[in-house]
Amino acid sequence: MRLRISARRDLVCQQAVELVTEYLEETLSRADRRRFERHLAGCPHCTEYLAQMRTTIALAGQITPDDLTPEMRADFITLYQSWKDDDNSG
Amino acid sequence: MMLVQRYRPSMIRLAAGYVPSQAVAEEVVQEAWLGFLNGISRFEGRSSVRTWLFRILINRARTTGIRERRTTAVGNLTATVDASRFDAAGNWAAPPQPWTDLVEDRLAAQAMAKAIRAAMADLPVRQREVVTLRDVEGLSSEEVCGVLEITEANQRVLLHRGRSRLRQMLESDFGRA
Repeated sequence: MRLRISARRDLVCQQAVELVTEYLEETLSRADRRRFERHLAGCPHCTEYLAQMRTTIALAGQITPDDLTPEMRADFITLYQSWKDDDNSG
Repeated sequence: MMLVQRYRPSMIRLAAGYVPSQAVAEEVVQEAWLGFLNGISRFEGRSSVRTWLFRILINRARTTGIRERRTTAVGNLTATVDASRFDAAGNWAAPPQPWTDLVEDRLAAQAMAKAIRAAMADLPVRQREVVTLRDVEGLSSEEVCGVLEITEANQRVLLHRGRSRLRQMLESDFGRA
């Protein structure tokens, strides 16, 4: 899925947004990274886009599971323990 | 026991992405532990325990998910930002509408947390797998490749598409001109 980018030409926005993940993953070549950063320096919209991606990632990191009822938790622990006991005795 | 407690929330969360209810997710997690414990003598330390455990879990959850409902399509390959938002030269015609400042507001942040959960559930399954493991569970890209048995490049493409969709959804819900 990597975009073929001409070595000489500057990025346009549509190309820049496709490079955001590789930029954040630090997998861009040094030349592509420079080109990406140069584009950002002159483009407030793509800078905003990158900030939104970073915030999206941070929000995803805050997702927590629904709290389980104590009954469900107890059931699970009981099952696990009985399995373990069976295994030890057998 | 500690291992069970420690990984439980992650495992439930992962399993819940494949099956229709919390109860079924619980069952899948229990089955995965049984599979894990049954196979522990075959564990040779080539991957981390977590990688191995999550791989068993996802395989169980996939199988159960197929049984429980029809599978979701494998993620399309459309552009990450709709092409109509750029002009003919490829520059923004409809630039991203700001919303990130809203996370400072407690109520808005709660709404966003709710929205991103819902959006995550709507992602194509392979994108959801990667985004969940990377961004929710905090696994490294190497670990994700190990769990899902995919290449680094594939992992990155799925991560890119999944994250891009989540961003778009947040912009649609919370962005303002």
